[in-house]
Amino acid sequence: MLMRFFPTSAIGTCVWLAIFAAVALSVPASAQTFDFGTAPTAAEIAAINIDAMPDGRGLPAGKGTPSEGKAIYVDNCAACHGTDLQGVKDAGGAPLVGGRGSLMSGSPKKTIESYWPYATTVFDYVKRAMPFNAPGSLNDNQVYAVTAYILYRGDLIGEGDIINAKTLPRVDMPNKNGFIADPRPDVNTYR
Amino acid sequence: MTTKSQRPEVVHDYPDTSAYDPKTRRMMDTMIAAERRFLAERELEECECKDGMFPNPAASVTSRRGFMAGTAIAMATAGALPRLASAAAPPGAVEYAVPEDPTKVQGRPIAQDGGYGTRSQFETEVRWRFPTKTLESSWTMTPLDKSRGMVTPSGLHFERHHGGIPTIDPARHTLTVHGMAKRPKKYTMADLMRFPSVTRFHFIECSGNTFTEWKQAMMKTVQVTHGLTSTSEWTGVPLSTILSEVGIKDGAAWILAEGADAAVMTRSIPIDKCWSDAMLVYAQNGEALRPEQGYPLRLLLPGWEGNTHIKWLRRLEISDKPFMTREETSKYTDQVKIGLARQFTFTMEAKSVITFPSGEMKLPGPGFYEVTGIAWSGRGKIQRVEISTDGGKIWHLAALQGPVLPISHTRFRFPWKWDGTPAMLQSRCIDETGYVQPTIQDLVAARGVDGHPKFGSIYHNNGVQTWLINPDGSVVNGNHQA
Repeated sequence: MLMRFFPTSAIGTCVWLAIFAAVALSVPASAQTFDFGTAPTAAEIAAINIDAMPDGRGLPAGKGTPSEGKAIYVDNCAACHGTDLQGVKDAGGAPLVGGRGSLMSGSPKKTIESYWPYATTVFDYVKRAMPFNAPGSLNDNQVYAVTAYILYRGDLIGEGDIINAKTLPRVDMPNKNGFIADPRPDVNTYR
Repeated sequence: MTTKSQRPEVVHDYPDTSAYDPKTRRMMDTMIAAERRFLAERELEECECKDGMFPNPAASVTSRRGFMAGTAIAMATAGALPRLASAAAPPGAVEYAVPEDPTKVQGRPIAQDGGYGTRSQFETEVRWRFPTKTLESSWTMTPLDKSRGMVTPSGLHFERHHGGIPTIDPARHTLTVHGMAKRPKKYTMADLMRFPSVTRFHFIECSGNTFTEWKQAMMKTVQVTHGLTSTSEWTGVPLSTILSEVGIKDGAAWILAEGADAAVMTRSIPIDKCWSDAMLVYAQNGEALRPEQGYPLRLLLPGWEGNTHIKWLRRLEISDKPFMTREETSKYTDQVKIGLARQFTFTMEAKSVITFPSGEMKLPGPGFYEVTGIAWSGRGKIQRVEISTDGGKIWHLAALQGPVLPISHTRFRFPWKWDGTPAMLQSRCIDETGYVQPTIQDLVAARGVDGHPKFGSIYHNNGVQTWLINPDGSVVNGNHQA
């Protein structure tokens, strides 16, 4: 009985097989995905994909030098972090440089210079969250320049060095090997 | 009955800070002054006898709330609008006239509150902001001393913000999932709410909770020593559902979660956690998330340090390596005594604290008290809580209030007859992995206190808290004295 409803020509059989095959393949696939949402365009992703990784991935085009960064720092950063980069207590700004070698002293001074393991994190953080009163307001060249200025003041690069997507990941940070994995529980109190 | 002015001034003594360098001393003194002001204001709100959690009807007339209510009656009688007094109501409350006998007059008309209720005008507990320099990068602490049960009211859930609380229109908010994804996606809130949902109770604890107590008994109240933990019922989409949707490419190991606040807060999360119990939550305690908790969307990573539960979530980038953002390198790392710093210290280990009686309360006299508190573990269920009244020499079994849920506050209770002699109250919990909550001294022995110039260390202090009961019934922080 059922066979009566199926075409018997060779071409027709092929068509039906193709339909069966499509159904057989698509059923499991559609059961796994709801397919809500939309595919973001490259431009949509680029607009918010602002992170920079230690190996340099994500760093944008552009460049800056310590001398270019000094003026940007004075205008945008010094009110909280101080012209000496030591932080302004009443503004809540942290010291940015100094403290190298203090980590084992019992009174560690943790700054970009002494504690931060990757220079790329400076670019990432300034671009996403600074300056505090106007976050995200600096363009990429300005962020490179102010990053260069801070690194220069921390004796991490030279005054004439150009900081860009190629050079920033290569900046040698004193505490790059200062971090270890979490072994906890570190107190053996098990019952 | 005495009035406020006749009451002897309560002196809040704090550790001597003169031995510290000037900068450290200034910071400590600022913190101490802020808690002192907070306690002084709270005294104004509370009844005269200050007997812990127990209301004293004899004293309530002279309390500020009682006084304001009396004023409202007088104004209402005089024909003034009761609303005039509402400015004096505690946050989250509306001041209404208090009738002499509520059985002799009709109560308030129904639904005149606009359809969203308020708490009683007589309830005054509030979150307390830690005195950081800016009002945008700061934190507030849950008033655990008054807490009941295991759920934290949404309006009292602790907060930690790095760039203020953003105001986000959910109709415009999107979550983009990209990177090592076969099918990158952009989701609206409406899209996310179409997915099958799950609801779970979980605590969130800031890993900085109890950071003042590494070296000495620093702060007074359980709100300030332990108030960076809260439990809510959370509803949302399992993150594993979303990962299945976008398809993960081979080699992926980490996911960057990013918020839409002014800090554009970011943390890198190992992909295993994302496939296991991670959730994208849009609801808290039966309604939409509070703005302070990430409205309209937050990442929830059960049992992991609070900072990783990215609020106002706008982006997930799938990658092969961690991104090494500021919050996972310069912050939220734990320098231990070998001079190196532990990184990605995600799990909040088992911890408990007695919330009654606790610091700055006063027991009215010898007799029966129900000692109560909360216990929680980032590794699962609380199996057992033990209580000591003698600083850890003898331990007694506490009763656990069910349901005991994994990675959730669990309320414990212990009936205690205080004989009026000095006592040292402690709780310690054991979770389902068999891990026993250590003492602060145990933790210091393992990690040292060289990681922070002021406090010795910051994150992950899950040590046993000690409360001293003095013969006059007063309760003080007894850390490092047991």
